[in-house]
Amino acid sequence: MALDVKSPPARPAAPPRRATPKVSRLRRDGLLLLLGVPGLLVILLFHYVPMLGNVIAFKDYQPFLGIWEAPWTGFENFRVIFNGDPEFLNALVNTVVISLVQIVFVFPVPIALALLLNSLAGVRLKRLAQSILYLPHFMSWVVVVAIFQHMLGNAGLLNTFLRGHDLATLPLLGNPDLFLALITSQVIWKDAGWGTIIFLAALSRVDPELYEASAMDGASKTRQLWHVTLPGIRGVIVLMLILKLGDVLTVGFEQIILQQGMVGTEVSEVLDTYVYTYGVVGGSWGVAAAVGLVKGLVGLVLVLGANKVAHLLGERGLYTK
Amino acid sequence: MIVRTLKGAVVAACCALVILPFLAVLSTSLADQAQVTATGGYVLWPERPSLDAYRAILAGGVVTRALLVSVGVTVVGTLLSLTCITLLAYSLSRPGSLLHRPILLTVLFTLLFAPGMIPMYLTVKQLGLLDSYWSLILPGLAGGFQIIIMRAFFQEIPGELVDAARIDGAGELRILLRVVLPLSKAVIAVVGLFSAVAYWNAFFNAMLYLNDTEKWPLQLVLRTYVVDNSALSVDAADLSGSFLPPPQSMQMAILVLSLVPIAIVYPFLQKHFAKGILIGAVKG
Repeated sequence: MALDVKSPPARPAAPPRRATPKVSRLRRDGLLLLLGVPGLLVILLFHYVPMLGNVIAFKDYQPFLGIWEAPWTGFENFRVIFNGDPEFLNALVNTVVISLVQIVFVFPVPIALALLLNSLAGVRLKRLAQSILYLPHFMSWVVVVAIFQHMLGNAGLLNTFLRGHDLATLPLLGNPDLFLALITSQVIWKDAGWGTIIFLAALSRVDPELYEASAMDGASKTRQLWHVTLPGIRGVIVLMLILKLGDVLTVGFEQIILQQGMVGTEVSEVLDTYVYTYGVVGGSWGVAAAVGLVKGLVGLVLVLGANKVAHLLGERGLYTK
Repeated sequence: MIVRTLKGAVVAACCALVILPFLAVLSTSLADQAQVTATGGYVLWPERPSLDAYRAILAGGVVTRALLVSVGVTVVGTLLSLTCITLLAYSLSRPGSLLHRPILLTVLFTLLFAPGMIPMYLTVKQLGLLDSYWSLILPGLAGGFQIIIMRAFFQEIPGELVDAARIDGAGELRILLRVVLPLSKAVIAVVGLFSAVAYWNAFFNAMLYLNDTEKWPLQLVLRTYVVDNSALSVDAADLSGSFLPPPQSMQMAILVLSLVPIAIVYPFLQKHFAKGILIGAVKG
């Protein structure tokens, strides 16, 4: 999902309002402030308090001691990360590989699909196709995984059909070698259609006069695509790519944990499942929190860095200064 | 012409890839035992459609209870969520009001840095919410992204309308209820839908925060019964009665039930999607 952290077109910030003294501003805006309290409270309680809770990454946390009584251990918990514990390394490598594969194979799909839909002739046909293609986005991962199992699994529709016709069955699920392909195709199935929304909107904003002008100059449809359409949506593509980069260390946790039992941890352990397995299940709270904290910080740095690069390339990026 | 046909065919194929699995799931859930046995488990068209599978899982027991839990969590969560988000977004929609900037930055920062699973778990635990339905509702109540979308929408409403109402003597609350909200149906519909879908689909929170299987929402039941294909321990007796449709059609029936609410609201809200989402995004 795209988001634009920049405030909407900064309308001139009403100078006379600022000039009024604090007390009368409080009287004027007090109710307004009060309205925001419940939402703000939730944000503080479930975003900022847990951020503080990250201190246990520097502690030897024991459930019966509580967060504050637990003894400090400095960077002890981070040793796992920097000394390269093999299981941690496995999770890290899997995460990065899955992420990169998804950037290469998943990211372009909605763009291609949007270009395709955009070039369809009938408006009603286009609408119908959109309604159908958006639908899987609204299903839970449990449902998507269940559907894949029941279509492609050993006892699934495909293999039942093959068996019924005396053909060799295809062991597509539960095969560690195919796990990457499996989860990638699941992501495409679930979200490629939905991902077109943002590109379709960008496409509808490309100035029609540019197409007319280029047609006058004798540009073929293909050249128009290359010289008008793609440059027209470049900003949005860059924006979406930045967001994706920030998530390089985050790959679908629910999707993977649901299928981990089927293929084993060697190919399916990612950072989030590592944190879950070692922290919540295994009780190594401090280590798991340290891994989570590093992951969050790396994500933050990646988004800010990618955004910086976008600025240097002359794009608007996620936000502007 | 060839290109056009080809394009149409590709789009049709994509749509078929989405629809066919559902048809198979729906058909299997409606098929009777004889047909399911004959075809080896899957049915593309139920010859003698029966609702036995649905009757069996809705007769009380695990699935029925899970369904009620999910409905409850979704309804309560969505209402509370919309209230919190609308109020905060409205209070942030007036640039230049007191504390406007710091509060906005507080909201925006949550988009950049996620606290992480372990601290989140510990927070929920410290608040005493483990094994309570509130652990499914409260953490997801107010997302930064939804607040930004809603705020952007409110800011598009002409200031003159708000000023006129104020001159007529309306207070903030009345302005919100009588002027702003009636103009914001599209964005409320979309944010509400996303919130509802998130609550309905939530599986991980429940897995993390609920040990008590009695309190499981539908997604966890789905996982155990359909994805892991194992019997629900609590309810094994219920499911192995004398006359029952085969498990296959029952599994598919649970799957279908989990999709019903989405199928119901989807057509009504769909026209708002693009508009509601893009307000916070491309337009900025």
